[in-house]
Amino acid sequence: MDLIKQIEASQIRTDTPEFAAGDNVSVHYKIREGEKERIQVFQGTVLQRRNTGLDETFTVRKISSGIGVERIFPTNSPNIDKIIINRRGKVRRARIFYLRGLSGKSARIKERR
Amino acid sequence: MLSVIGKKIGMTAIFTENGKKEPCTVVSCEPNVITQVKTEANEGYNAVQIASVEKKEKSSNKPEMGHFAKAKTTPKRVVLEIRDYDGEAGLGDSFGVEVFKEGEFVDVVGTSKGKGFQGVVKRHGFSGVGEATHGQHNRLRAPGSLGAGSTPSRVFKGTRMGGQMGNVRVKMQNLRILKVDAENNLLVISGALPGHNGAYVVIEK
Repeated sequence: MDLIKQIEASQIRTDTPEFAAGDNVSVHYKIREGEKERIQVFQGTVLQRRNTGLDETFTVRKISSGIGVERIFPTNSPNIDKIIINRRGKVRRARIFYLRGLSGKSARIKERR
Repeated sequence: MLSVIGKKIGMTAIFTENGKKEPCTVVSCEPNVITQVKTEANEGYNAVQIASVEKKEKSSNKPEMGHFAKAKTTPKRVVLEIRDYDGEAGLGDSFGVEVFKEGEFVDVVGTSKGKGFQGVVKRHGFSGVGEATHGQHNRLRAPGSLGAGSTPSRVFKGTRMGGQMGNVRVKMQNLRILKVDAENNLLVISGALPGHNGAYVVIEK
């Protein structure tokens, strides 16, 4: 089993900042169109981080022109250019799916200080 | 043909250059040793015998010890004969994962996991009866009809029925090598390989 961990460990990114559910983040994601490569920014609230090690992913939710959009990123993907934390949120649970049913004023998250 | 004996360690995933996560299997290859070279003149055909995986001297018998001593090596657990070997074959030569390159396609031979005596639903993908009610009190996973009646008044050979499933020799073809780690004698091969973790597999080029 150690050999598997060894191979996985070599791929785990160490430059990922610390963030958790409730935080507002901007994910700079590399997109390849043919030969060209550009960076797309996806900004929203982190709903959850799941799995551990190489398989870890996180879900980001944003409201795009009135419609809720969620995107799941693999934390260790080489396509993630950088993750910027805009705001730390104060939430009581690790998975804030209740946010999906809320909108407007009730969907606000208090800032953690 | 060039073959290397290895041991299946387990599965994981690797990120490729374009960011895709590719499922892969890790295989560890202890040094392989050529223990016998068969020639047309001596044995009537060309082949080499390779062996790998260390074995204790106390669990080897005298004929085995003598055979391995000829190749000036220690006793090995897995011994295999390869016909029409491509590489240079000298008695006692040792080789390992370095014969493979990244991106190369290989075949992998192994023994699949044994599933025991299985019915037609699991073994051949029959759909079963499909309904649990309307009189199907014990026919849920039954094969149904085995063929016509009076003509031919027998069951054709090869009709798919229940029986032993798995634990047979399986060759997976055209698997890509994702990574070669010569330092730790590891190969990372795209996709799944036959057998359980710890099973011996043969990687062929």
